[in-house]
Amino acid sequence: MPIKFASVAAAFALLLGAGAVSADEGGHAGWQRQADNEIGNLPSLQRGARNFMAYCSGCHSLRFMRYSRLAEDLKIPDDQRDQFLVPASKKFTDYLVSSMPTKDAAEWFGRAPPDLSLVARSRGSDWIFNFLTSFYADPASRQTGVNNLQLPGTAMPHVLASVQGVQNAVWRNEEQPGPDGKPIATRVFEKFEPGVVGSMAPEQYDEFVRDTVNFLQYVGDPTQLEREGLGIWVVLFLLMFTGIAYMLKKEYWKDVR
Amino acid sequence: MSAVIEGKGGFRAWLNKRMPVDQFVADQLTGYYAPKNFNVWYFFGSLALLMFVMQIVTGIFVTMHFKPGDATAWDSVQRMVREVPYMWLIQPMHAVGASFFFIVVYLHMARAFLYGSYKAPRELLWLIGMLIYLALMAEAFMGYVLPFGNMSYWGAQVIINIFGTIPGIGPDLVEWIRGDYGIGDATLNRFFSLHVVALPFIIALLVALHLVALRQVGSNNPDGIEIKEKLGPDGKPIDGIPFHPYYTLKDIVGVGLFLTLFAIVLFFVPTFGGLFMESPNFEPANPVSTPEHIAPVWYFTPYYAILRAVPNQRIGALLMALSIMAFLFLPWLDRAKNKSMRYRGFASKVLLGTFFVAFLMLMWLGLKPADPLYVVLARICTALYFAFFILLPFVSRADGNGPVPERVTYHAH
Repeated sequence: MPIKFASVAAAFALLLGAGAVSADEGGHAGWQRQADNEIGNLPSLQRGARNFMAYCSGCHSLRFMRYSRLAEDLKIPDDQRDQFLVPASKKFTDYLVSSMPTKDAAEWFGRAPPDLSLVARSRGSDWIFNFLTSFYADPASRQTGVNNLQLPGTAMPHVLASVQGVQNAVWRNEEQPGPDGKPIATRVFEKFEPGVVGSMAPEQYDEFVRDTVNFLQYVGDPTQLEREGLGIWVVLFLLMFTGIAYMLKKEYWKDVR
Repeated sequence: MSAVIEGKGGFRAWLNKRMPVDQFVADQLTGYYAPKNFNVWYFFGSLALLMFVMQIVTGIFVTMHFKPGDATAWDSVQRMVREVPYMWLIQPMHAVGASFFFIVVYLHMARAFLYGSYKAPRELLWLIGMLIYLALMAEAFMGYVLPFGNMSYWGAQVIINIFGTIPGIGPDLVEWIRGDYGIGDATLNRFFSLHVVALPFIIALLVALHLVALRQVGSNNPDGIEIKEKLGPDGKPIDGIPFHPYYTLKDIVGVGLFLTLFAIVLFFVPTFGGLFMESPNFEPANPVSTPEHIAPVWYFTPYYAILRAVPNQRIGALLMALSIMAFLFLPWLDRAKNKSMRYRGFASKVLLGTFFVAFLMLMWLGLKPADPLYVVLARICTALYFAFFILLPFVSRADGNGPVPERVTYHAH
């Protein structure tokens, strides 16, 4: 019986784990970093909300998030909510929709700025962190003068240039085997160099981005903390239930010879 | 066991005069004898029923807030999860539940392979089970399309287009399924109707038939010998025990263990690393933006890998259809006298083991991009998959006839 149980448990684990390994691969390039944000850190979430309102909300919407919900979850008092969070033209029960007309935005930027309600779920926190930290000066990009390592050719200008400054990318040339076996000269990213200086030191800027990413992760899954809090009790209850059910079963099965 | 309690007044007698409640309980539960040597593999039947009920109940609530239609579907799912009390729990329960339903069903099927539960006299039981599996695949596929995320859209595109490879009627058939020239409003509305009304009814009916057939032939067991052939003086099988209370109580333990695992995934890792909920599905359907890598959900990927293993699309689709249909012939392909793997030779065990590994490998490969190495692996696994069905008649006839014990193996504890 224990062997059988182990074999079923193994089969179960195999089925469960079949792609868990494959699911989260997406090969990290050397320059990429992890966001390391903490969803339980309330001050960080509040700072992230402030950053979002100051730098992102002009163009990007969170069309599934209401100001009221945001304030409630992030423990922002009503007076501060009305003073700092809700624009004069909006009610506190409104969704966080940017007032930029989509059609104009598409004309200005080449594409309309995407809604960011679920960006942390579709792209992941690390992706956003790397996107916001890897803008660099690129004269070849005539539209914005910058490019991005995480999303090359992005239509988004470096909105945070005043804070981060504009860094330069250092490349080296490397020969890599092409599809036909012949080496092809490839430009490989090496490191960033400080260029135009912004108002924040690099570590300070990382923290700034980390808070913003943290906020976006909250927006992507606002009930995560509540869910995990409830989950502990549900699992504990189920374990207790299983234990009692097992004892009851054992008692009855005594008669089976 | 006389079920109707004679001479007893009150509501129960009143009820039993008009409806055979006690008789039903006696026939189906307290008087239904099941082999006493079930092991953990036998949890998955009741767990599949549990998952069916859970999907129906959570589905009722999801349906209350869902708005089918290409312009409304995605938003309505996001809104219900964020704004309707406790839908942040119930909607993921339904989505994660689909994956767990298939985990349970695959293990339930694996059990039948291990102990020959599809063999006579249980061929019909197996066939009905296979029909449930087919209906469940259709149900899951449509349910996956309904939220209309980007992977819903592109996954549906791939799967519906498979029907386009059928010679002659293919293109018309695809249009008929979609109800339009592309996947859109008409497609979502009909999928909603089928997902919420037609298929659940069909599955419920098939589940009922599955249970009726099971009651007729009785459960198989890990030893694969018929307990009905060894009756005691009271006319009951010596190695049988009443389903209730013994197996109802044992199954509740299984339910507890299973729900614990389910809760751990649901509350702490609901997306399961992008396997139970895929990250492109957190973006709305977009016909002009293809996800980086399109793959169906994990429970379809073995067949998808077979489809992709063949360079010719039409032959690939044919092989894929065959790979599913092959299950239907299992009771007649297996020529062994003994049912259980316990009393079959080494060759049978190797053959079945290889099949299980090939199936799991295909499942994994179907999730991967079609890199050259993976394609080669998928071809090998496809060959092994079909080799099982081709070799089974010969191998099972050759080494499935050894001695079996008189009585089931059971150690009291």
